[in-house]
Amino acid sequence: MDLTINGQRRSIHSDPERPLLWVLRNELDLTGAKYGCGEGQCGACTVLVDGVAHRSCITPVYTVAGREITTIEGLADGERLHPVQQAFLDCDAMQCGYCTCGMVLSAVALLRKSPTPSETEIKQKLDGNLCRCGTYNRIVAAVHKAAGVIQASNKEPHHA
Amino acid sequence: MLELRRRDFLKTLGGGLLVMMTAESDVLAQESGRRSANEELPTNVAAWLHIAPDGKITAFTGKVEVGQNIRTSLTQAVADELHVAPNMVTLVMGDTARTPWDMGTFGSRTTPTMAPEMRKMAATAREALIAQAAKETGKPKDHLRAWNGGVFYAQSKIGTPYGDLASRIDWVGVIGNADVVTAPAHWQVAGTDLPKINASEMVTGKHKFVSDLKLPGILYGRVLRGPVPGAKLFSADTSAAAKMAGVVVVRDGDFVGVAAIDERAAEKALASIEAKWEEKAAEVTSPSAFGAVGSGRPKDATPVRSSYQVAYIAHVPLEPRAAVAEWQDGKLTVSTGTQRPFGVRSELAAAFALPETDIHVLMPDTGSGYGGKHSGECAIEAARLAKGAGKPVKLIWTREEEFQWAYVRPQGNIHVMSAVDANGKVVSWNFVNWASGPAGLKSPYDIDEAQRTEKFLEAKSPLREGSYRGLASTANHFARESHMDEIAAQIGMDPLAFRMNNLKNERLKAVLSAATDKFEWSKQKATASRGFGLACGFDKGGNIACCVEIAVSPSRQVKVERVVAAWDCGAIVNPNHLRNQVEGAIVMGLGGALFEEVEQANGKIQNPRLSQYRVPRFTDVPKIDVILIDRKDVPSAGAGETPIVGIAPAIANAIFSATGLRIRSMPLLPALARA
Repeated sequence: MDLTINGQRRSIHSDPERPLLWVLRNELDLTGAKYGCGEGQCGACTVLVDGVAHRSCITPVYTVAGREITTIEGLADGERLHPVQQAFLDCDAMQCGYCTCGMVLSAVALLRKSPTPSETEIKQKLDGNLCRCGTYNRIVAAVHKAAGVIQASNKEPHHA
Repeated sequence: MLELRRRDFLKTLGGGLLVMMTAESDVLAQESGRRSANEELPTNVAAWLHIAPDGKITAFTGKVEVGQNIRTSLTQAVADELHVAPNMVTLVMGDTARTPWDMGTFGSRTTPTMAPEMRKMAATAREALIAQAAKETGKPKDHLRAWNGGVFYAQSKIGTPYGDLASRIDWVGVIGNADVVTAPAHWQVAGTDLPKINASEMVTGKHKFVSDLKLPGILYGRVLRGPVPGAKLFSADTSAAAKMAGVVVVRDGDFVGVAAIDERAAEKALASIEAKWEEKAAEVTSPSAFGAVGSGRPKDATPVRSSYQVAYIAHVPLEPRAAVAEWQDGKLTVSTGTQRPFGVRSELAAAFALPETDIHVLMPDTGSGYGGKHSGECAIEAARLAKGAGKPVKLIWTREEEFQWAYVRPQGNIHVMSAVDANGKVVSWNFVNWASGPAGLKSPYDIDEAQRTEKFLEAKSPLREGSYRGLASTANHFARESHMDEIAAQIGMDPLAFRMNNLKNERLKAVLSAATDKFEWSKQKATASRGFGLACGFDKGGNIACCVEIAVSPSRQVKVERVVAAWDCGAIVNPNHLRNQVEGAIVMGLGGALFEEVEQANGKIQNPRLSQYRVPRFTDVPKIDVILIDRKDVPSAGAGETPIVGIAPAIANAIFSATGLRIRSMPLLPALARA
């Protein structure tokens, strides 16, 4: 089975029913996606599939064959962080950091669909991601900040 | 012995700077009595600091990082004393082979005990560097200054680098001297918002949590579980599992586990095992065993009597327990997420009858703890599997295992009988906590010692109980601050005025004033659909006051909309991270206050999944304003725990203000629905 992960073609030999999370972590050494619950309730395992947030712990790997998978390892542009990653740093929007990768990817997916979300919309759309340390309000601030940065950079002529 | 150990550290660190410390007995101060029986604190030798020839500083602490951001705050302490930028300092944490022994990271002890020790070592090192420069240059010491990695004469721009000086100092016998530590008023690096040290590794996924670690040839483990902890294994047929490709079955007494080439094979092998278990009924004490409360009270005082309950709750660290174990030549190395790496080393030593010197426990920054990761069972299981398999093994507990096989915060019943006089002064106070614990038991209100009793009665629990952020301080504050509100209501006094009337503690009064001013308490008028409540408290050197505003729907749905909290724990080390801790504690406290509850039947947890056990999510979280009071004249206390204690009683009091219903049981929402 072939997967396209972070723009690279990866051949895997796996039980097609195996959750994507464990293929990423144990076979491909992409450990940014975390195990938190195994039932799609916490969002720590979030990855993007064709730009949409998926809970990789309940996603059988065969269902994403041939689709574009983005993990946290593939989000930055080389050394340059994605605006959402940078905003999480700027807002110190974490404590232990275990939920962070999933949060960042969920936020990226949200901003792709809704570039200027309201506070309520952010909270509703990210409600499936748990931060047990309780940094939710910081994460909301980070998403707002990232939205502003992305909007501003889209207005720059060279991005037009 | 002393000299030998010093040399051992010299060898470990490859020379350079070593600083000794004399550990103080207050490091032993511990909330849950888990004092190590034979362990000597490293009074003889503890290497706390190393300055390499290139000037890079490494500091060593047995404390661990679980999200409370002490990697950052302790780095600030060391950088501050050595007058360097924080990025010159690397902290090695919770590594039993490299860091001084430490009892564990709990009880809000890092900031009040570890930070001063590390400051003392760093400050002493700074003075030694200056003394060495004085010796080498012949200049008087008080004309030399240590700054930015070098020692300089007067205003000269040419100095001698720390790395050069350090390599020429004989560090043996340089003992930490608390007299040269910088006072909070002169802090340069501490007191500022240094961002989380390794935050960029968190947002890029580069940080390796224990559950992310991999070793060559690693196998993935699973452990056979009985119906409840303590159940005895009657029989287990592992023949099918043993025949599976890439699977090793490991048996050792009642322990049965599998290790396999991937997690899927391990899961299948585990599922194939047919086991029979003998269950024994859980031993419990019933609350009726709790004796009568109350004693004599003044004749003209108004009595108030009520009982409060708190439920079992779970820590739910987002990273469940995990361990990677490897044996080499009879020696064991385990990386595991624990708040007590040295304690886990002792547990491993006992489990495998090994000397502690043959065991190395490492603790990479871990996916949270909240008091829930004190114990080493996952490390022991991984080590057992690795021993049986003859290969390194990684074991990550499933979420269900984390719920059922770790431990919970105790439930409890609290009985309060008080009396208040015509002036609104509490004149009698009888407070008995049955089962949940003694933390925060003592009332901060000004009550005559002869007229107060505060007791904790232990009880047997059907569930395994353990530490939790704030311990029973949450339960005791819930009862006390609810009860204070009940008294105020009974005598028709404003809850704030009533508290102020009974408080002498100036710091507690200050946080109460700060929070209620910002909240505009005096302007708030409760209606059937809108409630306002407040609570305050003190524990472990921290003072909290919390005001909440709630919306109540006609069907009695409660939404907490706004929280204003004021916090004072002395001199502030990192304002932004302190704020983060207070916010996080309030959010965590909100879960236990409103809806978190571990349901159990005969010791078996009935809701051991995140789809069944509700924790706070984005949409549960109110606007939270945190006011920090910086007391540079007061030594810093820890902040990881006590900010959690105010939110539950403040919400209960707000519910009362809107509905007239006094809810005396946490979690509040199901109790309100039943009321």
